[in-house]
Amino acid sequence: MEHLIELKDIYKIYQMGEETVHALDGISLTVDPGEFVAIVGQSGSGKSTAMNIIGCLDVPTSGTYRLAGVDVSTMDDDQQAEIRNKMLGFIFQQYNLIPKLSVLENVELPLLYAGVSAGERRERALAALERVGLQDKRKNLPSQLSGGQQQRVSIARALAGSPSVILADEPTGALDSRTGREVLAFLQKLNAEGDTVVLITHDNSIAVKAKRIVRLQDGKIIYDGDAKDPQAVVQPDLEEHRGEEAVP
Amino acid sequence: MNVTQSFRMALNSLLTSKMRALLTMLGIIIGVAAVIIIISLGNGLQNYLNAQFEQMGVNIIQVQIMGRGTGNRTVETEDMYQLAEKYPQYLSGVSPYVSVQAEVRSGGTSYDRTSIYGVSDIYYNRERNQTMRGEALSKGRFLSYIDVERYQNVCVIGSYLDQAVFQGKGLDQTLTIGGIPYTVIGVLEQKADCTEGSGDDVIFLPHGCAQRLNNRISNGSGAISIMGTSITVYLFASTGQDTSSAAKGVIERLLDQTYQSSDSYFVVTAAEMMDTMNSMLEVLMTILVVIAAISLLVGGIGIMNIMLVSVTERTREIGIRKSLGAKGRDIRSQFIIEAGTTSAVGGVIGIVLGVMLANAATVIVGAVMGGSDGFTATPSLGGILVSFGVSVGVGVLFGYLPANKAAKLNPIDALRYD
Repeated sequence: MEHLIELKDIYKIYQMGEETVHALDGISLTVDPGEFVAIVGQSGSGKSTAMNIIGCLDVPTSGTYRLAGVDVSTMDDDQQAEIRNKMLGFIFQQYNLIPKLSVLENVELPLLYAGVSAGERRERALAALERVGLQDKRKNLPSQLSGGQQQRVSIARALAGSPSVILADEPTGALDSRTGREVLAFLQKLNAEGDTVVLITHDNSIAVKAKRIVRLQDGKIIYDGDAKDPQAVVQPDLEEHRGEEAVP
Repeated sequence: MNVTQSFRMALNSLLTSKMRALLTMLGIIIGVAAVIIIISLGNGLQNYLNAQFEQMGVNIIQVQIMGRGTGNRTVETEDMYQLAEKYPQYLSGVSPYVSVQAEVRSGGTSYDRTSIYGVSDIYYNRERNQTMRGEALSKGRFLSYIDVERYQNVCVIGSYLDQAVFQGKGLDQTLTIGGIPYTVIGVLEQKADCTEGSGDDVIFLPHGCAQRLNNRISNGSGAISIMGTSITVYLFASTGQDTSSAAKGVIERLLDQTYQSSDSYFVVTAAEMMDTMNSMLEVLMTILVVIAAISLLVGGIGIMNIMLVSVTERTREIGIRKSLGAKGRDIRSQFIIEAGTTSAVGGVIGIVLGVMLANAATVIVGAVMGGSDGFTATPSLGGILVSFGVSVGVGVLFGYLPANKAAKLNPIDALRYD
């Protein structure tokens, strides 16, 4: 069976003045359709870089990334934009809705860039809003909605383009714990309905809601396995590693 | 991404920040309005002056004699009459046109802005009830051959003098010109606004009398000399507009034979004067329009400025759009359309403002000229279309730089931008 996401020996190296920073230090990872994977790590562990590369917002320094069998690691900006549009649905910590556009228009955006006709755009956006239970708010502006509702709009937007992968970057970070739980429950529901979800977080209590956990530290995978395995939530000794982080 | 959506979003963002949009568009508004006003006023002025010329008669040829040249002869009035008789196919008549500087008095009042001209009976064409300069007679008669030959002290006055001096009953009354009493034998129709110093404040005398008045003034009031300086200005009428250059030719030939120097005389046809005036007006208008267009350029820079600010402010929005699959060209066209829309709206406001001000100018100029309705500032459709097109073009041109900046933003950095 073909993997949906296939990262192979991914390195991302930044040159910061004299220093060379290995944000990702040789990562190999595969995700299959229907999985719910949490990528966990402390800040500086490389999880944001991993998210950018998986999300086709950035290209690796070396290594290959195949998304649904297509090598996307060497694509130019416009080709990446097309992959993001067709294959990926983003959910951000700050919701990232466009404040001037109505809820419906926000949800329509990925379809607009995909060149979908106005009628179909509206239909599909309404269907996505219905899935998150916000079709009655379609004419509101994002600012008229609560944080939880805004995050559900952004989920609807991620769903509207029928992506292969939903990438959620700290989706509960800006929400109170109850609303955060609701959003996570929603992601679980999406996964149960067959969507592939990749969740990026620093928080173990959130990561355990996924089926599989990939733990990153210093640009390397230090754990990859079932979320129910007690080893998955073992925090590495931070004191011990703090010194190492300072010297990459 | 489709254009209508970008266009609608651009209009939306104009409406959500009206003050800022207005300030952004101000340069374009002023530029377009200025261009339209200048074109309107220019057209109005040109139409007005051409109408005045046509009223004066496009068949007029003015001859001015400045000196004696190298030939030791002069062209006398009689030579001019003979010339007109010799070429009836070109010339339908000639009249001396002697300007007189003299005091006009009636009772105790003096009228020192009155224009006084000495002419012959041919100056007036009875069949057409029109003088060479376009005046028509309303009462009495014009100067006759006898009046001119015999230096009769008679005159024809303009409607202003008739009203102001004689309360409309000027016929057969007496006016004193340069101390000599003249009898009013005719009154002209009103042709200007019937005020002092206007085309209605005018007196026509036999040209001999006019010469005499001029000599008397230049010699001191005592001596009377009929044989003074010769007449220096003549008006010829050509038989038609198309014969006026041939007519000019025969006049110049006579003058050249006599004076042997083209510096001694000056012959100009009304058609030439009209052409000269029109081309001068066009040059003037072009210069003014170019100056006004500079403010369009400044307006474009204003738009570029605001668009650059807007791109910075909306960095996060650009990041979001890119993360959702917007390509560089989608972002670029969004911002270019926004800049173009801003300047197009500014252009439309400028056009409306310009046309309104042009209409106001028509009313104001009309009021200043005393209700004469000859002047109408006319906005031309071409001018409107061109200035609208230029304003949109300016927006698109100056929107390109900010739009390109937006298109090149890195989505990761843009998403993190606060």
